Amino acid sequence: MKPKSRKVSQHVTQNEALIFEKSSPGKKAYRLPPLDVPDVDAGKLLGEQVREDLGLMPEVSEIEIIRHFTRLSTWNYAIDLGMYPLGSCTMKYNARVNEFVARLEGLGNSHPYQPEKISQGALRIMKTLSECLCEITGMDVITLQPAAGAHGEFTGILLMRAHHESKGNPRKKIIIPDSAHGTNPATAAICGYEIINLKSSAEGMVDVSLLASLVDDTVAGMMLTNPSTIGVFEKDIHRIADLLHDKGALLYMDGANMNALVGKTRPGDFGVDVMHLNLHKTFSTPHGGGGPGSGPVACKKLLEPFLPAPVVTTRADGRLGFEYNRPQSIGRVRAFYGNFGMFVRALAYIFANGPDGLRQTTEDAVLNANYIRKKLDGIYDLPYKTGSMHEVVFSDRLQTQNGVKTGDIAKRLIDYGFHPYTTSFPLIVPGALMIEPTESESKEELDLFVDAMKSIAREVEEDPQLVISAPHDTRVARMDETTAARKPVLRWKPEQTNEARQSPKPELVETR
Amino acid sequence: MPFPANYRYTREHEWIKVDGGQATIGITDYAQNSLGDIVFVELPKVGDELSAGKTFGSVESVKAVSDLYAPASGKVVAVNDELNGAPEKINSDAHGAWMVRIQLKDAGEVNKLLSSDDYDKFVKEEGGH
Amino acid sequence: MRYLPKSPADRELMLEEIGVRSVDEFFKAIPGEYRLNRDLKVPRQMAESEIIDYFRDRSQENAAGYSVFLGAGAYHHYRPVIIDALVQRGEFLTSYTPYQAEISQGTLQAIFEFQTMICELTGMDIANASMYDGSTGAAEAILMAMRVTGRDQSVIARTVHPEYREVIHTYLHHRGMPMHFVGYAEDSGEVDLDQLERAVTEQTACVLIQSPNFFGSIEDVEAAAEMAHRKGALLVVSIGEALSLGIVKPPAAADIVSMEAQSFGVPLGFGGPYDGVLAAKEKYVRQMPGRLVGETKDRNGKRGYVLTLSTREQHIRREKATSNICTNQALVALMSTIYMDVYGREGLKDLAKQNLAKAHYAVGEFARRARVLFPRGKRFNEFVVQTKEDPHAINDRLLEKKIIGGFALEKFYPELGNAALWCCTEMNSRAQIDAAIEAVQG
Repeated sequence: MKPKSRKVSQHVTQNEALIFEKSSPGKKAYRLPPLDVPDVDAGKLLGEQVREDLGLMPEVSEIEIIRHFTRLSTWNYAIDLGMYPLGSCTMKYNARVNEFVARLEGLGNSHPYQPEKISQGALRIMKTLSECLCEITGMDVITLQPAAGAHGEFTGILLMRAHHESKGNPRKKIIIPDSAHGTNPATAAICGYEIINLKSSAEGMVDVSLLASLVDDTVAGMMLTNPSTIGVFEKDIHRIADLLHDKGALLYMDGANMNALVGKTRPGDFGVDVMHLNLHKTFSTPHGGGGPGSGPVACKKLLEPFLPAPVVTTRADGRLGFEYNRPQSIGRVRAFYGNFGMFVRALAYIFANGPDGLRQTTEDAVLNANYIRKKLDGIYDLPYKTGSMHEVVFSDRLQTQNGVKTGDIAKRLIDYGFHPYTTSFPLIVPGALMIEPTESESKEELDLFVDAMKSIAREVEEDPQLVISAPHDTRVARMDETTAARKPVLRWKPEQTNEARQSPKPELVETR
Repeated sequence: MPFPANYRYTREHEWIKVDGGQATIGITDYAQNSLGDIVFVELPKVGDELSAGKTFGSVESVKAVSDLYAPASGKVVAVNDELNGAPEKINSDAHGAWMVRIQLKDAGEVNKLLSSDDYDKFVKEEGGH
Repeated sequence: MRYLPKSPADRELMLEEIGVRSVDEFFKAIPGEYRLNRDLKVPRQMAESEIIDYFRDRSQENAAGYSVFLGAGAYHHYRPVIIDALVQRGEFLTSYTPYQAEISQGTLQAIFEFQTMICELTGMDIANASMYDGSTGAAEAILMAMRVTGRDQSVIARTVHPEYREVIHTYLHHRGMPMHFVGYAEDSGEVDLDQLERAVTEQTACVLIQSPNFFGSIEDVEAAAEMAHRKGALLVVSIGEALSLGIVKPPAAADIVSMEAQSFGVPLGFGGPYDGVLAAKEKYVRQMPGRLVGETKDRNGKRGYVLTLSTREQHIRREKATSNICTNQALVALMSTIYMDVYGREGLKDLAKQNLAKAHYAVGEFARRARVLFPRGKRFNEFVVQTKEDPHAINDRLLEKKIIGGFALEKFYPELGNAALWCCTEMNSRAQIDAAIEAVQG
């Protein structure tokens, strides 16, 4: 196959079996210190509750574990390897100093119930981060308790609900634009609200006159992503807020796209009442293959009484503490105080940037998206011409003429050494290619990406089958997802290995 | 695949085949084709009441879910359990793979549905977008 | 601005190629009155060394080097060093959710192994890729039981972690889903089975118990299951101390198991991130929230893994999804996976047995000086000690000896008076246990 780009070349990767297939009795990766209290007879102490055997749990040595996970790791793509332009996910650089400070003994190893007097450092971090995030968002107060973005949405909508309830009626409906993330309607539903789907305008923005016709005193509020999922700032944001506020409804902002705004504008200033932040997006805590995240919820003063308990408070003697006595609180949304380890990392990120760095970060993120837009406009169809902020959304309209869809182009991008962009989202763009470069890409990496996208567009013209059957250079080809869903195999059993070993295809079971 | 002339059709792509006071319901070949490989069907239980135009279940491909809309009202008298273990039957023979059999409440409802010619015209227009 | 890979000249060149004069052009969509024309009031940019100094100071203001006798949902166990060495590989740390299977096989296979080990340990058929933590996992398990049964009431033991109960209350009460709380037996600390039996009705979606429960007592899961099943309800078992599964019979009679797996190699970290786990019987898989990894083959017949049954999830089913969960705790679940590999089939048993022995020793010693409650209960590594003195006063004294004493129960269980929940793990030496007990005597 002809060389595709300057970015990648072939490299040997190691095969590796399942850990269970490497297990045999007597191998160990641990040694316990000698027991310094009298030994016990578990059978006597626990009676019929005692467990005799741990079944298929593996027995392996330490070097095998190291190799196992190191080999598996080489099968992953990662930000540390290259550009990861997943729209909506803000795959930016995850600084290593964040990992270092989060593991300092007094922070990494402190018990959530240890007395306040020996928790002042942790409380100070929570307070300082809270202050920074309130300043960045322009909001009055914040809770750090939610564990992720969707959990923040849940918390925010419950705050909204509690506010309405305190006025005598929780109201019935939440308005959500058709361009929203799936978590928005899913959240409104678990909070007991009926969802009003708001159709986007021809520019992909909120249709203000349509919105006006929908808002009445049965509407609790609206969930809005700003910039929207097509990467466009809602120019009528304050009219939207006014329309809602006039009827007593509130404006919730999904902060997924805050990377376009930090240091340039503040949601609290443009009419937002409550919003969540994704520390794992905007504030660089690592995505870790799907989590953990952290989804603090910031809001205006009017929602403060309803914040989850506990909140950090300053005591009369100047010491910090947790305040639990909050009679109007929506209650807890999580045990303990939230994903504290992510607070440490996010605060380290804010310190590393400062006000000038945070602003420059936003500007670079927006500059990068607009650079890609400029370079690829015309080669890929740009369905909405409105100015882009931190991400740009193309469609596969030109490529579908040759039978190639966004998902195929995404898979081909893998062969060029890039992680695919977000495919088929937002739903208002049929065949969407949603590209968010973030600030972390150099001009060189962006140019490689642009070259790759142009080259794929040419392949679509000349040899569409090559794109449709991509990727070609990965360890595994496209997976049979249909069989995976029809006959789910969700755990390993010894029979699976035995059957595979007897099969004529030796590559099914990799060597030990 | 042609749409059988003795079936009636909805704009949501279900078919209904009347057989005396009862009728069987499924999805059209056009629907299975646009969904792709079907991996799961969720169907009502015998004894459940279907009401015309309302959802009575769903059909799933790997990355999409489509609600099933009842072409006519009536009580479910049989469910095609075979589809639980072999949802691919819908892909291979959509017009044969019935999902539920109902006792029709009002046979008149069926007459309001699309004929095979009208449905054929409808999907050609829809596909043309 | 050491994280930004562009020189001023790069920026100029890019602006030129785009055909704009300044980056401000891109922000013109923001109405002028909302543009921030000042610096954010956040601390100034710091050098890496300054950042480390700041957090070192905070770390020193926090407890370090104390002997910890707190459990109560967060456990102090030894963490093998290879865990952090491996999870800090950039390919695990800085990758996203494995939607693109061809370049995510590392994460996918690791999750598949995690799911398998969780099934093996809990006695369930299926497990998901993780939930936020034990408390939200328990709430999601109850909602799942409601979808399975089509009922909306739950019966919850008061011996479930109090903060888990608060979270469950937050998830259910605004939707008007009734919760019935059931007390505990005074002699064993176990859920009062007579009360439980009376509380379960034909409207009950599920019974939720925790085992070992908040007092450390191991519940009779089979008896609770039978009571739930008799009325067509499900049994959900919450596990706060995952290591107990090394020596305690798995709750195989349950329908859903929600577990906090922090004990498996996850740092205490002042309460998070932790590792929620949800496992269940296979027939309920369609109602499971969260991500699932399945085994399949690629088009050349090679074994591989994919995210599967995604139609349950929010990005496809939106408001009809089984949950709104998107981000989970993947990297923390990876820590647990490595931990389970290190200890494995024999080590988890040996380690659990050490915990059992330490707690048994401590119970014996405490009993000479105070009242250890619930003597008829079977325990793993936690127990309740009732003293004449207020446990806070005892704990203040202990702090001077660099010992963090038990969790005072009066806030959640005022009926127990001066009682505290103590935990002994393999990390507590006999000398520390003896020193702690001495202070209790005063």
